[in-house]
Amino acid sequence: MSTTEVSPTARPATVPGEGPAPARRPRTFEQANRRLKWTMLAPALLFVGLMIVFPLVYTLDLSLTDAFGAVNAGRTYVGLQNFTDALGDTRRFWPAAQRTLVFTVGAVILETVLGLALAMLMRKPFRGMRWVRTVLIIPLLTTPVAIGILWLLILDPTNGIANHLLAGVGLPRQEFLGSVSQSLPTLMLIDVWQWTPMMTLLLLAGLTTLPEEPEEAARVDGANGWQRFRHVVLPMLGPTLATALVLRAVDALKTFDILYATKGAGGGSDFEVETLNVYAYGLTFDYQEYGLAAAVLVLFTLFIVGVVVLLRRRGGRKTA
Amino acid sequence: MSTSSQLLSRRSFGRLAAGVAGAAGMGALGACTTRGGRPSADTPLRIMAINHVWSQAIRRRTKEFEERIGRRVSMTLLTADQLASSYNVKLNASGTDVDVMMVRALQEQLLFAHNGWLADLSDRVTQDEDFAWPDFQKAPREASLTAGKVLSVPVVTERPALYYRKDLVEGVGGPPRTLEALMSAAQELTEKKKGFYGFVGRGQRSGAVSQWSSFLYSHGGDFVVGGRSGIGSPEALAAYAYYGRLLSRTGPPGATNMSLEQAMPIFAQGKAAFYIDADAIYSSFLDPKVSTVRETVGFAPFPAGPAGARPHNIPSWSLGISEFSLLRDDAWEFVKWAAGPEVTADLQKDGIPGARGSVWSDPESLASFPPDLAEAMRLNAERGLGYDRPRVLQVGRARDIVGRPLVAGILGNDVRPVARDADAEFADFLVRDNRHKES
Repeated sequence: MSTTEVSPTARPATVPGEGPAPARRPRTFEQANRRLKWTMLAPALLFVGLMIVFPLVYTLDLSLTDAFGAVNAGRTYVGLQNFTDALGDTRRFWPAAQRTLVFTVGAVILETVLGLALAMLMRKPFRGMRWVRTVLIIPLLTTPVAIGILWLLILDPTNGIANHLLAGVGLPRQEFLGSVSQSLPTLMLIDVWQWTPMMTLLLLAGLTTLPEEPEEAARVDGANGWQRFRHVVLPMLGPTLATALVLRAVDALKTFDILYATKGAGGGSDFEVETLNVYAYGLTFDYQEYGLAAAVLVLFTLFIVGVVVLLRRRGGRKTA
Repeated sequence: MSTSSQLLSRRSFGRLAAGVAGAAGMGALGACTTRGGRPSADTPLRIMAINHVWSQAIRRRTKEFEERIGRRVSMTLLTADQLASSYNVKLNASGTDVDVMMVRALQEQLLFAHNGWLADLSDRVTQDEDFAWPDFQKAPREASLTAGKVLSVPVVTERPALYYRKDLVEGVGGPPRTLEALMSAAQELTEKKKGFYGFVGRGQRSGAVSQWSSFLYSHGGDFVVGGRSGIGSPEALAAYAYYGRLLSRTGPPGATNMSLEQAMPIFAQGKAAFYIDADAIYSSFLDPKVSTVRETVGFAPFPAGPAGARPHNIPSWSLGISEFSLLRDDAWEFVKWAAGPEVTADLQKDGIPGARGSVWSDPESLASFPPDLAEAMRLNAERGLGYDRPRVLQVGRARDIVGRPLVAGILGNDVRPVARDADAEFADFLVRDNRHKES
């Protein structure tokens, strides 16, 4: 059967004096399908445009201006001045960047180690496993603001139950979130409490998909438990571990709600938990410095992208 | 089924989808369009307010007002931070869904005026004789003015009160009249090992500034002196050192994380001998549901420092009308009613301190306050200054700078180097703030 190739844009020629042009030929299925595809995509594209592209472009635009007070008030383009100001700010910006990194690295390492340990323990079915899994999910389902308030009450230096318990076992009272030096470590531990279960569940899912033969072979060869874990299980779990690490690290970098719920605006009295997110919020809502805040957010976004690229490269190298 | 009919149905579906998406997009954009339009009779008058005893009392009476104007009233009560953030978001978008705004004249008014968010009420307050604008106390009335325009009407006033435990001060010579006496009494009564503290007060960097202002003035200092930073002056250093010493030696643990919400319960639960905070919250200590000290709490005026007793006397909350409101006349009717002589007197009889001079001179309206509190309020109002924070455009930033040496003091550190650094930062800030004002 012969087929005639028809250009999608070709139209039948009309020769003067030879009567009316022939009726338009129906489009091919591929043509119709192509048009339909774009039609179906349109709402999603519109949504992405309105909700993601526009805010990003607007933030970038704002970061190049001296916008202050009201975003719709008159503003002047100041080039990269806001970026220079932010990067030259050793009182707030750099300490906030450092805290962001300390919080993320500390919390994610602890969550990964604990999550992996729990996942290994839960790898083999045991009695009451369903209950354990249900309990594990509870912190994940609770909103961070509720968690913040809950821990604030538990850790209250004067009336909280934590100090009563410490006193009960003869340990000295602690200030926890009331202290300038203890606040960040305390918040990291709260983050670990909330997010270790997610790491456990992700890594457990990865562990259950691993083939049993390599480990079995290592056992026959006389490898002990640690050797099997170190040289067989861990390399095979690499891709899952890398994905879990990237997901959690990005989320930890962006932490805001629990910091705000426990320490309020400004990140505590000595800025002790002021991360880049908290700093940008303060610049926007407390200081109304929209231009500078936008520049900080752009730098923060670049920082997150940098961390993700770094983690993916390292993850990729390990799993290669 | 033929291809053409399939195509037709796909095309129709495609058009429908595009139409729906377009309509949704236009709808979303339409929702953002805020200017113009005529509100219908069903549109409620929207009031945004702080969750405060004043707004709760007003909310209980809104039926009366709704009947008066024939329009429904929708009142949203939020915390101070939430309220500030909501204004930021809504007014930055020129939203018409706020009519009456409860604002802090000393915190937000200058900035809102700079942004053009508050309607000018000058003609309305002065032309309506029944409203009796001159009846408002001088300091709150002056705080309502920005660039010669009345932008808000004060409804709640505040001074610092010294709350103390009557059962404990007997042994230390009664309620302290000076800051020096307060320090020694607080030290004498502190028993940290037993979880009892001589003094409790705000210690948060920004939150403590407004209460600390009375300590600053009473030491002879001020935030700005002759247009320049005053927080590096010897008087300010003495006030920083005093407050830091008071809280670090006699205060509870975690004081640097304490604002009103954290400090007040410690006194209410009988764990502190002295507490200095706004007089408007006195009822919290008389409420059996939250207080264990209702039988033993006493009230005294702010103690005198080296420069005498110079507390603040401020309009803590005022009512303004959004520049973008489409119901300005009804909004004004609300302000007129809620800040009017009748409602102010009624609320003051319920123990909510108002801003009208007439109600303060009416013994009946003061009868609801405990006698020692009424006397403390009267004395503090007489001696008070009309502001409790730097009078600048970016009050939040100013408070963050001014509060840093305070925290250093509470942590038991030397305040001098921190105050020197904060003084330099505040001086730079004042230059920038002036530049913003002129822009």
